[in-house]
This record gives sequence, C-alpha cells and structure tokens, in this order.
Amino acid sequence: MITIKALKKSFGSNQVLKGVDLEVTEAGICAVLGPNGSGKTTIIKSILGMVIPDSGELSVANQNVKGQWGYRKLIGYLPQIARFPENLTVLEVIKMVKDIRGEVADEQPLIARFGLEPFLNSRLRNLSGGTRQKVNIVLCFMFDAQYIILDEPTAGLDPVALISLKSLINEERDRGKMILLTTHIMDLVEELADEIVFLLEGKIFFKGSLTDMREMTGEIKLERSIAKILTRNTQQEAQVTA
Amino acid sequence: MFKIFKYSFFDLVRSRWSLIYFLFFAITATALLYLSNDVGRAVTSLMNVIIILCPLIGTMFGVMYYYNSREFVELLLAQPIKRQSILMGQYLGLTVSLFLSFLLGLGLPFIFYGIIGSTSMSNFIVLLLAGGLLTFTFVALAFLIAINNENKIKGFSLAIIVWLFLAVLYDGLFLLSLFMFEEYPLDKFSLIMTVLNPIDLSRILVMLQLDVSAMLGYTGAVFNKFFGTSQGFIISLICGLLWIFAPVGLMLRVARRKDF
Repeated sequence: MITIKALKKSFGSNQVLKGVDLEVTEAGICAVLGPNGSGKTTIIKSILGMVIPDSGELSVANQNVKGQWGYRKLIGYLPQIARFPENLTVLEVIKMVKDIRGEVADEQPLIARFGLEPFLNSRLRNLSGGTRQKVNIVLCFMFDAQYIILDEPTAGLDPVALISLKSLINEERDRGKMILLTTHIMDLVEELADEIVFLLEGKIFFKGSLTDMREMTGEIKLERSIAKILTRNTQQEAQVTA
Repeated sequence: MFKIFKYSFFDLVRSRWSLIYFLFFAITATALLYLSNDVGRAVTSLMNVIIILCPLIGTMFGVMYYYNSREFVELLLAQPIKRQSILMGQYLGLTVSLFLSFLLGLGLPFIFYGIIGSTSMSNFIVLLLAGGLLTFTFVALAFLIAINNENKIKGFSLAIIVWLFLAVLYDGLFLLSLFMFEEYPLDKFSLIMTVLNPIDLSRILVMLQLDVSAMLGYTGAVFNKFFGTSQGFIISLICGLLWIFAPVGLMLRVARRKDF
C-alpha cells in the first residue's frame, strides 16, 4: 500500500506539487498521467526518497518514508535514463546491485528474455541506449519486489523489447504486484492500466478506471479524452484571466 | 558505503585516465631522479609539480565524476541504502583510485632508485603524504561544489576558479598584502593566511621536513619560528586533515537535504 497525504513540494519558486493525496491500496497497474511538468516524476521520486517533500506524509507498506531507506527493499525502480559506471561490465553491474541490496535475485530468465547474453561481458560505455535500458529492466525486476515503479519505461526500446516488457509487466500484475507507471504513450496505458491518476498543475485532477475517464469526457480514445481535459483547462484559465 | 566504494573504485581504476595520471608521475619522477641524481633535489622539484597538479586533477576529476555519475546515483538512491553512504563511497572510490595512481607513479621509480632504507626515505614519505592530503582535499571541494550546483558549466567554472585562486592567486594576494602592511607585525596574520590554504600547508609540510630554510619562504619561516620544526609539522598536518574533514562534512550535510 502506498499512501500519500497532502504532499507539497516546490523547487525554488516553482510549486510543483500543491497538496497531493493519493492512496494505492490494491495490487495492479496504476498509471500516473499528466502533461509535462505536472509533477509525475516528483511524486515518484518522493516515494523513493530522492526528493524530500516540503510537507505532507508518505508511507509505503505502512512505513513512513521520511529519513528512512530500508523500505526501498520493497521497491523495484526503473528510471527514465539508464546510465551506469562506464567501465563496469553488465554482469558486474548486476552483481553490484545484488550485492548492495543483499538479496537473492533471479536475473537469468530476464537476461534471456531481453536477449542480453551477448552483452554480459561488454563494458557499459560500449552499449547503446536501448541495451542499457534493458539492463535497467533486469535490475528493476530481478528482485521480485512487491512494489514496482516504472518511470517512462519504454524510452529507447525496440518493438520486440517493448512487447517483452509489456508481457513482463502483465505477468507481474498477475502475481499480485503493485505497479506504478508514468508514461506519455497512451496506447500503453489503455493496454495495461487498471487505474488512472491524472495530475494537473500539481494536484490530482482525476482518479479512477479507464471507463470512468471515458464516461467523464465522452471520448473513447484515451489520448483524446486527455487532450480534451487539457484544452478545457486552458480555456477555463483564459476565462478567469479575462 | 564500502560496497559503493568497492565498485566505484574498480570502475575508476580501469579508466584510461588513471593510467595516464600514473604514467605522468612515473615519467616525471624517473626523469627528475636520474637527471638530478639527488633525492633531495628530486623531492623538491616534485613537490612543486605536486602542489599544482594534485589539486588540479583532484578538482577536475571530482567535478567530472560527480556529474557523470548523477544518473547512476539515482539508480543507487532507489536501493535500500543511505544516501550519505552512496556519496561517501563514491568520494572514497575516486580519491583512493587517484591516490593509488599517484602513489604508484611516484613510488615505483623511487623504489627502483633505492629509496627504501636510505636516509631520504622520510622525506619521500612526507612528499607522498602532501600529495595525498591535496588529493583528498580537492576532490572533497570539487564534490562540494558540484553537489551545490546542478548546472554543470557553473560547477566546472567554480571548481576551476577555486583551484586557480588557491594555487596561483592566493600567493600573489598574500605577498601583496605583506608588502603593503610591512610596517606592522604580520606573523599572526601570515600564519592564519597559510592555514587557510591547503596548498600552502602542504608546501610547508614538505619544506619543514626537508629542512631547506632557503626555500621555506616567508610563511614557512614564520611557521618554523613560531612552532619549531616538529611542532610546526604536526600543526600543519592537523590543519591539512581539517581541510579534508570540513568539506566532506559539509558535503554530507548538503546531501541530506538535497533533491536528486
């Protein structure tokens, strides 16, 4: 269970989160959506303790996150950009993360799934962006963590890897994992998400299922419903200022 | 912390730059030793190289390494480990690998020359100590600057300015102020000024050990007169260590509240 209460955060004068309340209680895939700069990554980074909130409470599995680090054992995280120490090999990085977490991991099936065997002994600086992202996927999923956080997971992946990733995410959901996903690719959301959280200007604008969203906006395609919300929002703003 | 240290150390030891840094010192030390054929002189010449180069390399590598490993730090931050340990591990990984290149680069030629067991052995060890202090200090300063500046260009420029100030400008300003206030007693002033610059401290550390009064310079002479050789040595060593602990402590403090 991930609970967020009245979370606020600003960077300088830019108030990114203006009091977010969110509770993800059930297993499944929760997609966090929103336009650029709406605070998706900030929420994710707050959950992981990378960003320190100005106020509000955050807990993962009933453990308060503030100042703690042990709870991260429960989380697998896939960041947007994959960069590693350049002179280590893929195998060494996997070993390192295992070593740091001090847990057993099952990386072999994942390595096979994403076809990483030929790269295991090459140094990371010689790998392409997509291959690095695959390494990242292995690092994220190999621990069998109860919570999985995916921040733009599809960046740089080829279609084959993308399909593998989608089926992997689905399998993890079926095994009762709680998955938090941010993305701008609406097809992915339509395909995967059980629940949608829509952020707008640092607040939660909408929370519900895909069908709720369709009903609210009267659009069938998610892409269009979101576009509709956004244009309506800017129109309202224009009215207020006028 | 130790795990992070281990991996960033192995990563860095295998980089091309460690080898270049090592080779530079090896070649310089060999050349100076065999050309001058006098350990005392070679140590003095090397000291002049070290007090400029160790800070410069420490600063550059520190800033570069911090910015290059930023995304990797994000990955580590998502693991169940304390953020201060990540930073400390990386700091130690970088400094120890730089220091190792320096140590081997200087050490091997001197060992082949037959330094072990000779009378100049302690001089040589103090030289290594000075280089080590400078490496640890300037990597810490570089990390401190980098962690406070998200903007790479700004961080880089600031780090270079700090190096330039401490390595070059400081002495000029110091001499200028001595010259301008020559009617006043300046002993205490110059003592304080020396303690405030890690590069000066290392220089005095080596000079006090070598006991070459002609090269002590004004500050060194004051130091010598004020504390005597052995006490001066200990005090400059303690100040040198403070120059490591202060920036490292500040760095950890900043890290505690930083948003990554």
